[in-house]
Amino acid sequence: MCLAVPGKILEINGEDPYFRTGRVSFGGIIKQVSLACVPEARVDDYVLVHVGMALSVVDEKEAAEVFTYLKAMGELEELATPPPAASS
Amino acid sequence: MKLVDEFRDATAARKLAAAIARRVTRPWILMEICGGQTHSIVKFGLDELLPPKITLVHGPGCPVCVTPVELIDAAVALAARPGVTVCSFGDMLRVPGTGVDLLTARARGGDVRMVYSPLDAVTFAAQNPGREVVFFAVGFETTAPANAMAVVQARRLGLRNFSLLVSHVLVPPAIEAILSAPDNRVQGFLAAGHVCTVMGTAEYGPLAARFHVPIVVTGFEPVDILQGVLACVEQLEAGRAEVENAYARAVRPEGNVHAQRVMREVFEVVDRNWRGIGRIPRSGFALRAEFADFDAARRFGVAGDAPPESTECISGLIMRGVKKPHECPAFGTRCTPEHPLGAPMVSSEGACSAYYRYRLRKPAPAAANV
Repeated sequence: MCLAVPGKILEINGEDPYFRTGRVSFGGIIKQVSLACVPEARVDDYVLVHVGMALSVVDEKEAAEVFTYLKAMGELEELATPPPAASS
Repeated sequence: MKLVDEFRDATAARKLAAAIARRVTRPWILMEICGGQTHSIVKFGLDELLPPKITLVHGPGCPVCVTPVELIDAAVALAARPGVTVCSFGDMLRVPGTGVDLLTARARGGDVRMVYSPLDAVTFAAQNPGREVVFFAVGFETTAPANAMAVVQARRLGLRNFSLLVSHVLVPPAIEAILSAPDNRVQGFLAAGHVCTVMGTAEYGPLAARFHVPIVVTGFEPVDILQGVLACVEQLEAGRAEVENAYARAVRPEGNVHAQRVMREVFEVVDRNWRGIGRIPRSGFALRAEFADFDAARRFGVAGDAPPESTECISGLIMRGVKKPHECPAFGTRCTPEHPLGAPMVSSEGACSAYYRYRLRKPAPAAANV
């Protein structure tokens, strides 16, 4: 129920802030979405959309951080793992 | 899809699961309160990927499931009235009330329509001025901005034929009710990511401090959920009880202030009945008096008293994390998604329904299906 899907804004329409909408692409499927709660959203931004309403602009830097963290964790793991014993 | 697929990466998920296994020294019980997260956990087998010391229990995170029977009965009664169109999210249509569900009401000639968004129901009302259009507004904080915006838009358009049947519930009072119960066994929470996208994280600080539980804001994909579990386990092992954000790409500490403003304008906090749990003080939203014209319950005089619930269903114990779905004697036999005895079996996001769908017909898988 609370699922929200990230989509990319292709176009923004509407003067009245309560009726501001965007054409948003979800992996190629395009829907009209209310942007009334994300006045900061611009074309090419990714927004999280729930029941036809954008709830936030996705922070792509933070999204990338997760994988930087995982990569660092992998490298630390390798450091922590003793090298395999030489075969006799 | 960008920003989705990478968070389902199996290697990343296994790496996180291994990190969790390295940190755990004692048994811990964690709860998520979000049907979407419950569904992800069971579907991808994330609970089975975790070390046996970690138990995930599933809270009352499915708003469809906890919508009280009397409101479903009210929606069914409205659908039977001539000139009324009831609009609803699709997952609400199959949830039985005392008698029938909304799909059956439609089969009997009622005008029931599934909509993707409450804003679509406003458009439908504008295009059909001769019909009374009622939107069945269920949901947590995540859905409240769209439902509130529907009312604001309807007023700005001058519509007199649009109203909401409101069944809105809030997450923090549910956490408080669970932690206050004498038989509580939950030691840490994964807070629902999109609820916090709207509300921010400030409400959770007092709960973490008062009950000394870590609360980690968590997303929905496998990598997100495992990251949330890891952060929660690290806090528990270190004896910390803080609010932490493991879903920073979607959640700012202050939440979405624009969404909060429109919610405050339209709704006020009230006591609410939760199906399967009972009354929780100040745990939901109702329309403010200024928007009484848009309140379907007042306009049509529906919404009666709560009927008694099945005595065999142990949903209260399941949604408070005291029992798991398969520990119920009725699970999968007398209680199925087709004939649910109680709340967590009624919608696909309910814990019992998720276990029925993914766990009943197969042996426990050895590895995660990520």
